[in-house]
Amino acid sequence: MTANALPTATASSSSTKPLAIERTTRMRTLRDTWLIFRRSLVLTIRQPTWIVIGIMYPVIYLVLFGPLLDVSIKQSGAGVSAYNWFVPGLLIQVALFGTAFGGFGLIAELRYGVVERMRVTPMSRTAMLLGRSLRDVVILLFQAVIMISLAIPFGLHIDVAGVLVTFGLLALIGLVVAPLSYAAALILKSEDAFAPLVQSLVMPLLLLSGILLPMALAPDWLRFLSSLNPLTHATDAARALFNSDWGNPEIAVGVAITTVLAVIAVWIASRTFSRANA
Amino acid sequence: MASYVPQAAVIETSDLRKTFKSRKSTVEAVRGVDLTVRGGEIFGFLGPNGAGKTTTLRMLATLIEPTAGQATVAGADLSRQPALVRERIGYVPQGGSTDPAETGRGELVLQGRLYGMSGAEARARAAEVLATLDLEAAADRATGTYSGGMRRRLDVGLGIVHRPQVLFLDEPTTGLDPQARARMWEEIQALRERGTTVFLTTHYLEEADALCDRLAIIDQGTIVAEGTSDQLKQKVAGDVVTIGVNGSGASVLSLVQAMSFVREASHDTEAGVVRLYVDRGETAVPHLLRSLDAAGFEPTSIALNKPSLDDVFLRQTGRSLREEAAA
Repeated sequence: MTANALPTATASSSSTKPLAIERTTRMRTLRDTWLIFRRSLVLTIRQPTWIVIGIMYPVIYLVLFGPLLDVSIKQSGAGVSAYNWFVPGLLIQVALFGTAFGGFGLIAELRYGVVERMRVTPMSRTAMLLGRSLRDVVILLFQAVIMISLAIPFGLHIDVAGVLVTFGLLALIGLVVAPLSYAAALILKSEDAFAPLVQSLVMPLLLLSGILLPMALAPDWLRFLSSLNPLTHATDAARALFNSDWGNPEIAVGVAITTVLAVIAVWIASRTFSRANA
Repeated sequence: MASYVPQAAVIETSDLRKTFKSRKSTVEAVRGVDLTVRGGEIFGFLGPNGAGKTTTLRMLATLIEPTAGQATVAGADLSRQPALVRERIGYVPQGGSTDPAETGRGELVLQGRLYGMSGAEARARAAEVLATLDLEAAADRATGTYSGGMRRRLDVGLGIVHRPQVLFLDEPTTGLDPQARARMWEEIQALRERGTTVFLTTHYLEEADALCDRLAIIDQGTIVAEGTSDQLKQKVAGDVVTIGVNGSGASVLSLVQAMSFVREASHDTEAGVVRLYVDRGETAVPHLLRSLDAAGFEPTSIALNKPSLDDVFLRQTGRSLREEAAA
């Protein structure tokens, strides 16, 4: 592990102990992930603009659109609180917005030369990705707590267990979106290419997930497209959780789909980080 | 330079190549570089922008893979043991390497930890590096508030946190004012005295001349000359006489080419001068003036110079590095 004891310690990395090496590599990845996580979290807290920007739109929707929705849902006689239907969707929006733009930070770090400086060290390439992604997850959960606190005075009812499971779901969404955002940033290397890409993906995903209005109102073709959107299932799962509807199969479906996607996203992005030698 | 004693090779490359391919074009950035850097020396890579200096450096620092060729860096094979190379080298990139929101100390501690040190080790080493580079007063300020010279010194600090055998510096003094540049030269010399081998790139002739024990001149991806500054200058053969010719360059050129003591002459139409190389300038100049006068030419100026590295570059490539740098 100690890189400064040079010839003797490093000789083991080419010797015949694959198991020990694998364990060392895994330890190294964990340790470096923690180091990068801590650094990027501290730097984000020092300049909290992005935390505010990430939560601005959902808060605007909560304040300016929520009351309108509340009235129309009451008129439809569905018998549920509009906020218990609306806030879970907004949380999914926070998860998407909060992590999709993470790549901007990486592009800045590329420009500062920070990424290159780290790439000449023996640090784990996967840790460069995971450290930053986990930072995004923590920020996103923090934003979710703020969202929920703001929504309670409007009439949101809380089921603690449901909220906790929703947080797990949100973290998983973060682990799908953040790695993909970082991989795209690493490949594109410029805001001019990265911004339009993210914008053109995030908006349709959001609209197709039925966050603003129930997809039940949509024409068949739109409802079909929506059913292909993983975020739709995450949104349905979050709504079931917020309404203590534990028997709803959408919970398992949403969590399963998001988990599988998170594994795939981390794998793809981690390969991009190990390869990228430009 | 008097105390310089050649040691074993620390970097050896053989036929190192890098070709960048895109859909539209293929650029051969490095076309077969062979060089040897010995332990404890300051080795300079001199060449104009786009000559392949940075690409070579990035290959040796494991940042990009060579298209072809082999290299050994600090006792490890570049293509088969990149992880080992990384542990033994430091690399200071050209455009900086710090986050403007992080403090100098924070960057150094993290860097130490990424090289495997414990928290306590990394903090102690960071303090040591800050003291060495005279950055203690600014240690806990964000690097965004640093002057250019301070930030560059911190970049060097990040490259030496783990006491590497070899330090790569890409254009360490570009963009620095003369004072900060002199300061950086001192730091680099101090590193050499502590036993670190330094491999730097530069497009400043003075820097290559004053700072480097040995150097290689690179142009268009190929090394055109290699040796100590003095050795390279000796190759130019003698002194350089530059005659301002005012339009009659071709005739002046044929006149001087016929003279027995002129080793080599060329007409630089852009600068409007004829340049010639002679063994002993001080005896050649009076002779030249008489001959030009007898033939009816009136030179607008005449200058006698000891050869500089620019003359070496000029002789090898037909272009002046000074003009390239100004362009």
